[in-house]
Amino acid sequence: MTVADSKLISSGSDWDFETLAEYDQAIAELAHGKFGLDTYPNQIEVISSEQMMDAYSSVGMPVGYNHWSFGKQFVEVESRYRRGQMGLAYEIVINSNPCIAYLMEENTITMQALVIAHAGYGHNSFFKGNYLFKTWTDASAIIDYLVFARHYLAECEQRHGVTAVEETLDSCHALMNYGVDRYKRPTPISAHEEKRRQRDREEALQRQVSELWKTFPDMQPMVQRREPSRRFPTEPQENLLYFLEKNAPLLEPWQREVIRIVRKMAQYFYPQRQTQVMNEGWATFWHYTLLNELYDQGRVDDGFMLEFLQNHSQVIYQPPFDSPYYSGINPYALGFAMFHDIRRICEAPTDEDRQWFPDIAGSDWLATLKFAMESFKDESFIQQFLSPRLIREFKLFSLMDDSERDYIEINAIHNEPGYQAIRNRLSEQYNLSIQEPNIQVYSADVRGDRSLTLQHLRQHHRPLEADTAQEVLRHLHRLWGFDVHLESVDNGSVVERLSIPSHRLD
Amino acid sequence: MSYIIDRRLNGKNKSTVNRQRFLERYRRHIREAVNEAVGRRSITDMEQGERISIPEKDLSEPRFHHGSGGRRNVVHPGNREFQAGDRVKKPSGGEGGAGGRDASDSGEGADEFAFEIDQREFLNFLFEDLELPNLIKRHLEGSRSFHRRHGGIVSHGLPAKINIVRSMRQASMRRRALTAASRRRLRLLEEERDALLGQDQSPERNERLNDLDTQIDRVRRRIERIPFLDEVDLRFNHHVKVPVPVSRAVMFCIMDVSGSMNQDMKDLAKRFFLLLYLFLQRNYEHTEVVFIRHHTSAKEVNEEEFFYSRETGGTIVSSALKLTLDTIKARYPVEEWNLYGAQASDGDNWNDDSPGCAALLEKELLPRMQHFSYVEVMPRSHQALWEHYQSVQERCGDVFSMAQIDDPGDIYPVFRRLFKKRMEVA
Repeated sequence: MTVADSKLISSGSDWDFETLAEYDQAIAELAHGKFGLDTYPNQIEVISSEQMMDAYSSVGMPVGYNHWSFGKQFVEVESRYRRGQMGLAYEIVINSNPCIAYLMEENTITMQALVIAHAGYGHNSFFKGNYLFKTWTDASAIIDYLVFARHYLAECEQRHGVTAVEETLDSCHALMNYGVDRYKRPTPISAHEEKRRQRDREEALQRQVSELWKTFPDMQPMVQRREPSRRFPTEPQENLLYFLEKNAPLLEPWQREVIRIVRKMAQYFYPQRQTQVMNEGWATFWHYTLLNELYDQGRVDDGFMLEFLQNHSQVIYQPPFDSPYYSGINPYALGFAMFHDIRRICEAPTDEDRQWFPDIAGSDWLATLKFAMESFKDESFIQQFLSPRLIREFKLFSLMDDSERDYIEINAIHNEPGYQAIRNRLSEQYNLSIQEPNIQVYSADVRGDRSLTLQHLRQHHRPLEADTAQEVLRHLHRLWGFDVHLESVDNGSVVERLSIPSHRLD
Repeated sequence: MSYIIDRRLNGKNKSTVNRQRFLERYRRHIREAVNEAVGRRSITDMEQGERISIPEKDLSEPRFHHGSGGRRNVVHPGNREFQAGDRVKKPSGGEGGAGGRDASDSGEGADEFAFEIDQREFLNFLFEDLELPNLIKRHLEGSRSFHRRHGGIVSHGLPAKINIVRSMRQASMRRRALTAASRRRLRLLEEERDALLGQDQSPERNERLNDLDTQIDRVRRRIERIPFLDEVDLRFNHHVKVPVPVSRAVMFCIMDVSGSMNQDMKDLAKRFFLLLYLFLQRNYEHTEVVFIRHHTSAKEVNEEEFFYSRETGGTIVSSALKLTLDTIKARYPVEEWNLYGAQASDGDNWNDDSPGCAALLEKELLPRMQHFSYVEVMPRSHQALWEHYQSVQERCGDVFSMAQIDDPGDIYPVFRRLFKKRMEVA
């Protein structure tokens, strides 16, 4: 093919802003027109590698509050990058409206086009379409909220000192994974509201807490008449940070607001943690489909495709479990394979597929794919769509490790009797509520010594890592201000008890 | 609809604050690593950054995790030989739970967190809490040290330095002042006209009105003729050159190169000199070094010769001190330079010479110097020189200090001790 071919968008590996815009235009026409993807507007930002490192260390967000842990991350990224131990990711994309995607200036035009398709149309449409993102995040307000958080924390640092704020943040970060409501629908974050209501909230909250902790019995006749056995909270609370924000007795108003900020951040990232395979798979599927379509139309040349395919196959490479490069299942590989497989099942189903997927075999692939993208998270997506064919392709097998026994048992492999078991177990592997210890606020001794008791419900007899649990409890103790206990419950009985301060162990 | 934005020119150091906070938080660890590095490094690469390792457990951000134990299921890809029901013996220690999950974390030790600090940060940590005794003596040095300072507002200057706000204010003031009378007149005329307009029609009234209109017109024109901005309004920023006091120091390195000093001892001495040099460099804008070596006679030499050429013979320390004194008198006027001396020796000296050394030091050198330090690089009992110097130290403790260095590990602690920030010298 020659450069003179008028349909080509570019040749060679250099890029400039016009070609970027042309690629974006061409990809957008395909994505919106031919495939009907629904996206937020794209804001594509070209940045240098140093800026990419900055973006890395602030979890990809363009603004963030200051904290040493981000510095630690930055130092680590910088040092590894400088020594050539790691390349930087080609792209970072932010779930916001408009959807912000970063392109690194060092990339070739092929990579830029890949990233535009991957982030700007793949991830972007996922953010807009997936039910978890719709429920949990408000893409139009996140940037404003981050700005609010940054200013608020900077103000706190001025009023109360950097150390005090840092300590509170440390403690909140330790509990960050326990700052989401798993089942309740949250109200979306709105920065304007936040700012306006923040002051009122401070006062109202403090009043409410003081009410709860009143110790003079005659001022609280209702409480005295209560059944003494009645627990507070009446039901176990899974959202530890929320509970602390509303009920911790000794916190200052600003500290409650800090907890709230961390909680909101946790909430914002919660869907991303639950949809890694789907999200990456979806984006990878679309960059693959869109760029191949461009090639079919003759708009990119062979050199472009070769470079693209080489990168693509690196991204979706899944090393086997005994390879030195193995570090778990590659979400890009699994996700891409699954979406690709769904399309195959729709377009060219085999008998096996008809038996396993009677609903989707032979249906319209685009509609099915969109349905899958919109209505599932990793756990249910795998449960629903992992086909026997893929299990064979990945040669998946399942290990059972029981501390009671001195051997590891292979309890299912990629064969007829094993498909269902493997599918269930892999699905469980992506279930956050099974992967993370189930810890809830069990009771707060409101009228006694004010101690707080958490319960860890063990699943499959799995204990907590004692050292880190101890550390986290220390942080919890800092926020709560009085004694903190953590009971491990196995089969309905308390088998272990951690306490801070630890000398009160009974 | 897409927007493509070039952000490459935006700042790239967004993480600086976070990085600083991180360093601050782990100051203790970094200090340890720096101290260790000083002992390990060769002298020539003292001016580099350093790789810092911190044990992972000290800076972990704890979260609740599952520990080992219990029953767990893991799905892995890439099965080749396993069949359902196969049993694999656990690796001893029972740690095989997670399968290959952490297997690829090789390379760096997984429990060390390593990163680099640059040279400036390295030296900052190296010299933290250290202070030169009797630091300040400044001299207004010649040409290159000028500082441009804001020197007020003037009415003549270059167009590039025009001060717009002040110029406009000036113009506004001038306009108000020059038009004040006319505006007052205008107001009176307009009031009269308004009053007339309210009256009944009459020939006199109309005539008066016409008259008023022409007058008002004339006054308005007069007001408008005052220029909006005139040359006299212009104001310019003025800058003046202020000479900056430059502090400069000279450091005399005095070393015994007699036959009794072997290469190891010289290396020890060299490290000490080097630390002192780096330290001076950070405190003064301009630092010179004079190398004086001696056996029975003293000589000023260059660095290479100072450290590496071999000499033999006896030792007369006072020769070096005399040469130092001469050099000071000839080249480094006391009122212009901060003078530092560092002497390294194995302690050998002609016995007759030692009292003379002490006297020379105390009477002539110390009054001229900011500080003089003496290190003895000899792991054995002291000789006469040490004892005489000790009596000097008792009398002039604030400008003279001495210590003994046995092996490279000692240098840095000794150095720190000599220059430890003193709360109150007075």
